[in-house]
Amino acid sequence: MRTPQAALPRRLGAALLLSLLPLSLLPLTGQAQGVAQPRDTLTVGIAQATGTFHPNIESMLAKSYILGFARRPLTGHGPDWRPVCFACEAVPTIGNGGVVLETTPDGKPGMRVTWRLREDGRWGDGRPVTAEDMRFAWEAGRAFETGFGGAEFYRSAYEFQSPDPRTVTLRFDRVNFEAGSAGGFEPLPTHIDRPIWEADRRNYRSRTAYDTDTANPGLWNGPYRIAAVQPGAGVTLERNAAWAGPAPAFRRINVRVVENSAALEAQLLAGQLDMISGELGLSLDQAIALERRARGRFRFEYRPGLVWEHLDLRMDQPPLSDARVRQALIMAIDRGRIAGSLFDGRQPVAATAIHPDDPMIDKALAPWPFDPARAGALLEEAGWRPGPDGIRRNAEGVRLSVDLQTTAGNRSRETVLQVIQGMWRAAGVEARIANQPPRVLFGETLSKRGFNGAVLFAWISSPENVPRTTLHSDEIPRAERNWSGQNFPGYANPEMDALLEALPQELDAERRRPMWARLQAMTHRDLPALPLWHRAEPHVLPTWLEGVRPTGNMSPSSLWVAEWRVR
Amino acid sequence: MLRVIAWRVPQIAATLVILSLLAYLAIGAMPGDPISLAMMADPRLGPEDVARMRALHGLDQPLLARWWAWAAGVLRGEFGYSRLFARPVAEVLWPALRGSLVLLGTALALAAGIGVAAGMLAALRPRWRGAVDALALVSQAVPAFWLGILLIILFAVALGWLPAGGVPDSGGGGVLEAARFLVLPVATLAVAHLAAYARHTVAAMAEVLRAPWITAARARGAPESRIAFTHALPNAAVPLLSVLALDAGALVSGALITETVFARPGMGKLLTDAVMGSDQNLALLALLLVAGVTMLATLAADLAQRALDPRLAA
Repeated sequence: MRTPQAALPRRLGAALLLSLLPLSLLPLTGQAQGVAQPRDTLTVGIAQATGTFHPNIESMLAKSYILGFARRPLTGHGPDWRPVCFACEAVPTIGNGGVVLETTPDGKPGMRVTWRLREDGRWGDGRPVTAEDMRFAWEAGRAFETGFGGAEFYRSAYEFQSPDPRTVTLRFDRVNFEAGSAGGFEPLPTHIDRPIWEADRRNYRSRTAYDTDTANPGLWNGPYRIAAVQPGAGVTLERNAAWAGPAPAFRRINVRVVENSAALEAQLLAGQLDMISGELGLSLDQAIALERRARGRFRFEYRPGLVWEHLDLRMDQPPLSDARVRQALIMAIDRGRIAGSLFDGRQPVAATAIHPDDPMIDKALAPWPFDPARAGALLEEAGWRPGPDGIRRNAEGVRLSVDLQTTAGNRSRETVLQVIQGMWRAAGVEARIANQPPRVLFGETLSKRGFNGAVLFAWISSPENVPRTTLHSDEIPRAERNWSGQNFPGYANPEMDALLEALPQELDAERRRPMWARLQAMTHRDLPALPLWHRAEPHVLPTWLEGVRPTGNMSPSSLWVAEWRVR
Repeated sequence: MLRVIAWRVPQIAATLVILSLLAYLAIGAMPGDPISLAMMADPRLGPEDVARMRALHGLDQPLLARWWAWAAGVLRGEFGYSRLFARPVAEVLWPALRGSLVLLGTALALAAGIGVAAGMLAALRPRWRGAVDALALVSQAVPAFWLGILLIILFAVALGWLPAGGVPDSGGGGVLEAARFLVLPVATLAVAHLAAYARHTVAAMAEVLRAPWITAARARGAPESRIAFTHALPNAAVPLLSVLALDAGALVSGALITETVFARPGMGKLLTDAVMGSDQNLALLALLLVAGVTMLATLAADLAQRALDPRLAA
C-alpha cells in the first residue's frame, strides 16, 4: 500500500518533471536529437581551451591540436615516431646533404642545415609559402623581446640564408642532431604579421593577427583554415581553398571545448559530438568505462603516448639517498597489476622514461619486476628491519617513512597513490599521502624542491628528446639560480652529465644508440624517478570515420586530417 | 534619497579600490606564477627563457608596483590584456558576461516568477502551504550539478530532445536554436533559485495579510484578488527586493557549476580560470564588476525599499 509519506515526494517528482516538460517541447531540430549529422561536418570534442593561436607563443596541447588542422609546420614526427617533413621536401640529414658540419666564424664547431620548401605550399589567401616567411619566423624568434617560447633554437641559429624563395639555410653555432627536425621553427605569414611585429616587437604577442584577426585565411597553410572562434567554447574550421594537397573529406570541422569530462561524455552520447580527441579528451579510466557502456556505438583506440607517469624521488636525502632503498621501493610496487586493474592493461609499464616506440629504446632493458622478497632483502641489507607494527626501522629506531604526493583532484593519480601506499606498507615502508593542488605542487613544492619523499606526476617529451633538463646536475633547482631547472630529484652523476653533453653533438643515429642505451641503463639502476607507465591516449571515434592515425607524440593526429575519410 | 546616494557612492568606490588591492595581492601571493606552470608544460624552456618571459609579463616587478600600474591603466580606461585568452580583457569579458546575463537573467526571472506565484498561493490558500514548502525544500536540497546531470541524461541522452550542453555553432540556428541550448541550464538554475523567492514571499505575504489595514480592506468589501495584488503584494515585495539585489550580483558572477556541467562559457568559469591561471588583469576586472554590480544593486534595492515604504527613509 502506498503511504502518504511516500506518495508526496513521488507526486512532487512528477510535478517537477511535468513543469520542465513544456520547456523541452521546443522545435526538435539541430544536433542534439541523437541522429547522425550530415557527413560533411565533423564535430570534435576536446577538454581544454586555448589562448593564443600563434604557433610560436606559448605551448598548449589544445592549440597544437587545433592548429594541426590549419597549418603545416616545417617538420614533425609521424605515427611511426620518425621525423617527417610537412612544409619541406625532406628532413635534412648528413646523408642527404641537408646537414653540413662547418666551423663558426669564431672557430667553434658548428653546422649548416638546409630545408627545401614544398613547391605547392600556399597560404589561404593564395600567396606561396616562401623562404621570406621562414626568415620572418627566424628574425622574430631571434628578437627575444618578441616572447617566443623555447628560444634555445634561435639563440644557436646565428645566420639565415636563402639563395632562392624555396631554400632556407640556418647556420648554428653548435652541433646538435635535433637541429634538422627544427622543433618550433615554422613559416609565419610575413605579408600579414611582419608589419605588426616591426611596429612593436615587445607587444607583438598581444597584437599578432593570429589573435586579432584569427579568421584571416592568409594565416593558414593547412587543409583547413580557422573560420570562426568562440573564446572558451571552440573554433570552426572550413576547407582552405588554397590547399594543394589531397582534398579533405569534411566541408567543416567544429572543435568544441568541453572542459568537464562528464559533460564531454554526455555531449558525445547525445550526438552533439562525433568524436573525442585522444590528445586531450577523456582520461583513460573514463574512456574504458565508456567503452564498456557504449561498445559498438563508437570505436576506441588507445595509443601509449609521450606522457610519462613516474614518482620523482628526493634522492639526496635519507632514506631515499640509498640506491638499495629506491630499488626496493620499485620492486615493492606491482605496476603490472595496477595498470591491469585500473587501466585495463592499456598503459605499458615503463622501464625508463624512454618510450617503447622511441627509435632509441633499449629493448633489452626490462622494467623492474614486482619482487617483494628481493625488495625485503635489499631493505634488510640497507639496515631497515621490521618493527613491532610491521614498519621497518634502522639501527637508530627511525621508521622507514616516505611522503607521497600528487596533484589533488586527479582521481586516477590519487587512486594509484593509495594502491602504492598499500603495497609499500606490505613491504614495511610507511607512506604518508599529502596531495596538493596542481598549482601548489608544481609552482612551489616541486620547483623549489620542497618535497622530501616521492611525487607522482608526468613529464611530456618528444621522440629522442635528450633529458638534460631533468637529469643534468646543472639543472638541480637552487635558490642561487632562482630555482631554475627541472632536476627535482637532485640527481648528480658526472658520467650522466658528460653523456648528456655529448649526446646532442653526435649526428650519426647509430652511434647515438649505445649512448642512449647507457643513459637508460644508468637511470634504470640509479632510479632518480620510479618509472610507472607511459600514459595512453584514448581516442573515441565514430564507427564511420577512418584514417585517423593516433601518433602518441607531439605531432597531433589532426596534422593528417587530409587522410580522414567517411566510411 | 539624494543624500543616501551621495553617501553610498563614495563608499562603493572606496570599497572597490580596497578590494582590487586585496585581490591583486592575494592572487599574486598564490604559489606558482604562470611562467613556472608554463615551464612544467614545455621542456624546451630553459632558465634564460623563464627569466625573459617573467620580465616580458612584468612578473619580475614587486606586487604593489604591478597593482599601481594596473590601477593607473584602469583609470585611463586601459583594462589590459588577458594572458590566458590572448585578447584584450574587455573582449574576453563581454561574451562571458553576455552569456551569464542571458542564462541567469532567464533563470532568475523564471525562478522569481514561479517562486513568487508559489509563495502567494501558499499564503492565500493555506492548504497549499505544505506542497509549496516541500517544493522549496526539494529545490534547496537538490544540488545543481546533480540535477543538471539528471536532466542531461533524461532529455539529451535518453530522449534526445535537447542539447546536452554547449552553445550553438557560430552563425547557425537563430533564436530558437539558442533557446534550445538554454532550456536545461535555465531549468537547473531556476529550480535552485526558486526556493528563496517562494519562502520569502510566503513569509512576507502571511505577515502583510495579518495586518489591520488588510482586515479593514476586507471589511470594506474589497475583492480578494485586489487585496492580494494591489494591497498585499507591493508591501510584501519590500523584503523580496533584498533577495533580488543579491541575485543581481549572481547575474554577473555567473554560475560556475551549471556553466561547467553544461559547458557554457560564462562569468563563473571565466572568473575561476582567471584566478587559477593567475590572469590578474582579467580576474580583477571580473571581480570588480561582480562587486560593483552587487553593491549598486543593493543601493538600488535600498532606494526602491525607501520608495515603497516611506518609514525606512525616516
